Amino acid sequence: MAKVKANMGKASGAARTGDASALNGSAPLSHWLRREGSTFRGGVHPPEHKELTADKPIRRFPFANEFILPLAQHAGAPSEPVVREGQDVVRGEPLARPAGFVSVPIHSPATGRVSRIGLERVGTGAMGQAIVLRPYHGASQDVLYGAPLDIEALSPDALIQAVQNTGVVGLGGAAFPTHVKMKIPEGKAVDTIILNGCECEPYLTTDHRVMLEQIDSMLDGARIIQRAMGAERIIIGIESNKPDAIKALREAIPSDRPVTVEAVGTKYPQGAEKMLIAALLGREVPSGGLPVDCGVGVFNVATVAQIGELLPRQQGLIERVVTVTGPGVKRPGNYLMALGTPLRFVLEKVGLHEKVAEIIFGGPMMGPAVSSLDVPVTKGITGIVVLTENEVSTRDHPIYPCIRCSRCVEACPVHLNPSELGLLGRKGRYEEMVDDFHLMDCFECGSCTYVCPSNIPLVQYFRVAKGLVRERRSAK
Amino acid sequence: MSQNSLVMELRSPPHVRQALTTPVIMANVVYAMLPICAFAVFSYGASALLLLMTCTAACVLTEHVIAKASGNPTPIGDYSAAVTGILLALTLPPGFPLWMGALGGVVSIVLGKTLFGGLGCNVFNPALVGRAFLQASFPVAITTWTPPYMDGRFVQGIPSSFTLPFLEPISVVQFVEDSGIDGFTGATPLAAQLFEQQPTSLADLFFGTTAGSLGETSALIILICGIYLAARGMMNWRIPAAIFASIFLVGGFFYTLNPDVNPNPFFMLLSGGLMLGAVFMASDLVASPTSPFGMWVYGVLIGAVTYIIRMYGGLPEGIMYAILLANAASPLIDQLTQPRTYGSRLRSKAA
Repeated sequence: MAKVKANMGKASGAARTGDASALNGSAPLSHWLRREGSTFRGGVHPPEHKELTADKPIRRFPFANEFILPLAQHAGAPSEPVVREGQDVVRGEPLARPAGFVSVPIHSPATGRVSRIGLERVGTGAMGQAIVLRPYHGASQDVLYGAPLDIEALSPDALIQAVQNTGVVGLGGAAFPTHVKMKIPEGKAVDTIILNGCECEPYLTTDHRVMLEQIDSMLDGARIIQRAMGAERIIIGIESNKPDAIKALREAIPSDRPVTVEAVGTKYPQGAEKMLIAALLGREVPSGGLPVDCGVGVFNVATVAQIGELLPRQQGLIERVVTVTGPGVKRPGNYLMALGTPLRFVLEKVGLHEKVAEIIFGGPMMGPAVSSLDVPVTKGITGIVVLTENEVSTRDHPIYPCIRCSRCVEACPVHLNPSELGLLGRKGRYEEMVDDFHLMDCFECGSCTYVCPSNIPLVQYFRVAKGLVRERRSAK
Repeated sequence: MSQNSLVMELRSPPHVRQALTTPVIMANVVYAMLPICAFAVFSYGASALLLLMTCTAACVLTEHVIAKASGNPTPIGDYSAAVTGILLALTLPPGFPLWMGALGGVVSIVLGKTLFGGLGCNVFNPALVGRAFLQASFPVAITTWTPPYMDGRFVQGIPSSFTLPFLEPISVVQFVEDSGIDGFTGATPLAAQLFEQQPTSLADLFFGTTAGSLGETSALIILICGIYLAARGMMNWRIPAAIFASIFLVGGFFYTLNPDVNPNPFFMLLSGGLMLGAVFMASDLVASPTSPFGMWVYGVLIGAVTYIIRMYGGLPEGIMYAILLANAASPLIDQLTQPRTYGSRLRSKAA
């Protein structure tokens, strides 16, 4: 911890003096000198802090006494329970079935008894429907598998169905059902699959460890997705700050497979799929469109590894790798955690330091702050970052007027004008923001807010504006 | 584990912020100007120091008083008023009467800044608004120059500095002659070149051994200070680069056409207030465009207009009006040069 404390001291020192090392967020001259790997135009360089957990192998986290499984832990329709209260279930058994195509099943993370189905604290603290499970301490906790599947014999549609059955969703944070992304709309084609191993959010090392430790599953999963989508090639895009993963993967890939590993520049938000496509292929996803509109499918590496591991034996997704880290954590690490593990249990096991200010699900750039400790770990949670007062102190600076310094303009990865949008947002001119300044292309990466020297909560204005305009327009 | 006492904040992401703040940027602009101020004091002595202090104090005080009078918290902690004051002083001749300098400071802040709504709202660079006011009001005083490196400059001020308010400034001709300097015409290199065809060596211009306003004489020091700001990302390098390129190319074009009449482009680059204006005034964040391409347009406009005023206007120096003109044009430039957003490219074939 001594090393971490030293780093924290440096960061707060930078806050006072405007230390040069903390200033490489916008694009001063030095930006042009540090080009490494292909990348996109814009973006920021927040301190990475990945050294806390990057070298820690994935370890299994202890079982909690209770698991909470929200029915809506993925984007799309909430799952429908297929068990009743009091029912005994086996680890790996389906607890809920998908409610339509854009939905996935939920599997039991432990052998035990369903104690309750009802409202629980889910997400970041709101109430939502969930299945609560109490594991049996004496049970063997063997996982229930299905019959082995022959991947090569299945049709694309059957593969997509098999992916849905595993319950896998985007494990990079979006939690969008993966099989939906694999289904190519009529009249379109995909030539390239990109495996997203960027992990550009500070602190998180989940994907990094997966790329080092689950290479075979990853390649199996990539093969399944490639077959289902009919793509010619697979590119694994990894930020240049993970040279060990790049090396390990290059060595592990058989030369007869159409898979290449490409290093991309280390810059936030390199892991946003639009930015990764731009960096690797020089293509752009049309405004308002999806990657498939430019012939690409993008999948997170951990998602692909889970498909490769689960699908051939028809198993369900019951656990995932979560980076528990941050200066507030006593024993940071990359943990293989049963889905549904309550946050309180996680924090008790890893231990917290004094002066905890904020607990974040995901990375500190885009992840939401948690308002309750009773919420569970779900499929879309890549990390749990505990920040202390030292890291968040800069946010308490007063908000100064916009001085049009154009740092946000240079940082915006989609080349909007956040400065102008911010002025309009403050005045509530939301329609203008959408119609004249392309607000709907903003994916809320927070780069503009990160660099703003006047501490203007730009991305928050944009979230509000987007939400309101969407609501107004859908009401029409 | 003391879970019961855990207090969690709830904020919207991003949860981490870059350490740089607006006051830090402004303070660094002040730091970057300090070497220029030091060189001005070294060249011109006590009068330069007093003028710098007077202008800065006038700006900061005005900002404070107006904020208090309008019931707002005082914004002087953000250093922007100090930047305006120092910049204003650096554009004035060393023997400029102090009371006029103070008046210029008040006008800079009132007309140039608070009238528009304070920091971030000004349309023009406030220091240049103040200077334009002084140029119009006191055309003689603002073009009365004294030579640098006079003996006793640190103990004895230039007499015109201490002119009482609303009185005619004391002539400096006698003072300069008394100091034992012969043949000083009171002309800056730019005026000497344009009106008397009398060239000044480029080395003198570069190192700042000529007569001129406080902060404009040494191109070298201004460049070093500018590079400091640009390297720290506190000034956009595109604007000065565009101005330099523009005036050099326009000047070079006319020089090749007729080298006897038109001055050397290097002279255009190094003389007068061009360096100071390009590095510290045109790059004023608030009054310049925000789009990268717009910055180039803005800089090229300033360079070209400066050349036109210098060569074809009645004034020896054109950078001030060129910047003010470009300031006025910058919202339009911004509107016309918005970068193409990601994904908005029209695609001919659907892949």
